[in-house]
Amino acid sequence: MLSITELAKKYPTGTRALESVTLRIDEPQIVAIIGSSGAGKSTLIRCINRLVEPTSGRVVLNDLDVTALSRRDLRKARRRMGMIFQEYNLVERLTVMENALSGRLGYVSFWQAYRRKYPPDDISAAYELLERVGLKGYEDTRADALSGGQRQRVGIARALMQRPDLLLVDEPTASLDPKTARQIMRLLVELAHERGTPALVNIHDVALAQNHSDRIVGLSGGVVVFDGPPRDLTHQALTDIYGEEDWSSTIRKSDDDEDEEDRPRRLEGESAAG
Amino acid sequence: MTSSAYPTSWRPPKLIPNPLTRYGLLLAGVVYLAWSLNALDIDWHRVEQGIARAGNMFARMVPPDFSRWQLLGRGVLESVQMAFAASFIGMIVAIPLGVCAARNLVPTPVYLVARAVLVVSRTFHEVIIAIFFVKIFGFGPLAGVLTLVVASMSFIGKMLAEDIENMRPGQLEAIRATGASFPKMLLYAVQPQMLPRYLGVSIYRLDANIRHSTVVGIVGAGGIGQTLAASFSRYDYDFSLAILLTIMSLVFVGEFFSNWVRARLR
Amino acid sequence: MTLEEHRQRYPDVWRRFSPRQTLIRYSWYLGIVFIAVWSLSNLDITWVYFLDAHEQAADLLVRMVPPYWEFFAAIVDPLVETVHIATLGTAATFFIALPIAFLAARNTTPNAITWFIGRFILVASRSVNTVVWGLLFVAIFGPGPMAGIWSVTARSIGFVGKLIAEAIEEIDEGTVEAIEATGASRLQVMLVGVLPQVMPVIFGTIVYRWDINIRESTVLGFVGAGGIGIVLYSSINLFAWDEVAVILVAIFGVVLVSEFISAAVRKRIT
Repeated sequence: MLSITELAKKYPTGTRALESVTLRIDEPQIVAIIGSSGAGKSTLIRCINRLVEPTSGRVVLNDLDVTALSRRDLRKARRRMGMIFQEYNLVERLTVMENALSGRLGYVSFWQAYRRKYPPDDISAAYELLERVGLKGYEDTRADALSGGQRQRVGIARALMQRPDLLLVDEPTASLDPKTARQIMRLLVELAHERGTPALVNIHDVALAQNHSDRIVGLSGGVVVFDGPPRDLTHQALTDIYGEEDWSSTIRKSDDDEDEEDRPRRLEGESAAG
Repeated sequence: MTSSAYPTSWRPPKLIPNPLTRYGLLLAGVVYLAWSLNALDIDWHRVEQGIARAGNMFARMVPPDFSRWQLLGRGVLESVQMAFAASFIGMIVAIPLGVCAARNLVPTPVYLVARAVLVVSRTFHEVIIAIFFVKIFGFGPLAGVLTLVVASMSFIGKMLAEDIENMRPGQLEAIRATGASFPKMLLYAVQPQMLPRYLGVSIYRLDANIRHSTVVGIVGAGGIGQTLAASFSRYDYDFSLAILLTIMSLVFVGEFFSNWVRARLR
Repeated sequence: MTLEEHRQRYPDVWRRFSPRQTLIRYSWYLGIVFIAVWSLSNLDITWVYFLDAHEQAADLLVRMVPPYWEFFAAIVDPLVETVHIATLGTAATFFIALPIAFLAARNTTPNAITWFIGRFILVASRSVNTVVWGLLFVAIFGPGPMAGIWSVTARSIGFVGKLIAEAIEEIDEGTVEAIEATGASRLQVMLVGVLPQVMPVIFGTIVYRWDINIRESTVLGFVGAGGIGIVLYSSINLFAWDEVAVILVAIFGVVLVSEFISAAVRKRIT
């Protein structure tokens, strides 16, 4: 599905953010990318849809060589990759519905976008998606009136409105409190699994990564130093990724955090509280 | 209690700590004053006369003469119309100009050209621009409207460009990531953020244009300015005062209206 | 669920604005367009002039190039005079605008009448352009830089005064309260409580206005109030476009330098 070959990025200032990253995703799975800041996580995610231009290497999404595309074809390719951001990046003065619909911008004409006359299927899909992320009734609310967790839900909805082949998620929970962070991660993972969409997720919280992902990729110094299931994340592996540290408290304290009481509430579409 | 364990006097730190710089500046100021007044070749005798004449002039100005209110009204109407038309056109032209002058949106050559246009139109006083338009388009309000269009588009355009450059890049990134084209990106990521301030600045500019439309008339570009200049040259000071008072009220009303609308826009 | 139920639960239309809101918005748009178009059509504009305008413009450009660079020697003095007019005028503004600003600020003015007088002076000053003040002062003082200096001051008082008054109204009242509580006199309160807080704004605004005044002073000569405007006016009337080109370049240079200085100083203040 996604194949990254020897991706490298050197910034004009001389910083080598990515040395050589090779990665394959062959099935719909949640891949968490962990690593210290400066290891290249953010750059990697942005190189895939070329928001940052890689210096060398190839990115192939479902037989389409993204790195070789012209600007126009790149735009079309971006439609197939849904991106979710740490700072939510919603258009704050627009309503929740408009933000969700903006996921379809690559598919509608300028005039449809201007007059907000999206195809009926898109609109009902938006309603459905917004209900699914727990924001039913918030369609006409302005985005800047929402809490952090609510905004990220809109961000998730926007990305999924693209009906993408791949989700690129950049630190979705870094700006959220611990409880909301877990709710958002759960939502993300559920939705990705439901739709059979692979997701590449940057996370800096190792425990969160372990609990919610199918596979962990560790970056250090711009290369992949770990690639495997969460249970294989040993002390040695973490040292390779982050450096020497007392890792005993970071690994797998997860079961305490899993709030058992949250489970039944989720079925009734909780979450409007953020 | 012991005496003088602590100092008994204290002086606050001066604005400019270095005494040399401080007194140096003061001295420079005095020297400049003397030099410039000397260099200006001012006829002090005439100035003395002037102050005496001022009293005389004010006596002639009051009471203001509104008898020629039709002429006054026509001039005012022309000024207001010039201001409206120019503000409207200027607002619209400012959008592509402002977008092209924002470094984070357009390639560098486009940016440089747009910035050059902004710099040149802002450097020259609108009276100078008005003269050129008068030379090209002849006397009358057309030159005035064009002058005000240039003034408006450069003012609004510069504000717009600065606002766009100060924008948080995240929203832009997100819309680009959906595969939207440049125009759609402007529509969803740029416009909503810019709109309130853009409208506020445009309305402010409308008010300013009313003021400026009075000036371009002095060089023949239409508006009440022409009437005013004529009245001065004919020593019709009471009519001059009438015109001045009308201009003042017009500007006052315009400012009031502009503040009201901008407050409602928040 | 059935298709019908699906459509019920998840509607396939959505509008941001209710029909009424849309109507109001479009009325505003149409109203504005209407006024603009009416203004334009009502003006006494001979549209025919647009036809040969480009020829006129090209003709103008040809006559301006090459610029008559030797002329530069003759305009140095008027240029310097222009700068003097702007500088002296702005300096005088400082002394006059400051007390008026205190009168025009709600929190430092003695009573409603003084407040009104303060605001009135500022509005009157602002609503008349520098050049128009020029007409007035030339009539009083006769042609020459004196009229120019007074014109610059007359207009700048309104600009500077308004911004300072706004700054005064926005100060932290707590500081003022504390000083009042010590039993200080009105003047002392203003000196120690208010003034230091608005100092940066005062200097910043003065420098900003100086920069604008340089531009304004370039055209005061058109009404006889001194500066490079006189030379520009005569060169234009003599159709000496190559001289005009030199003057424009010189003005461009002076304005650019003054803007640079102004920006640099303001950056150091704030």
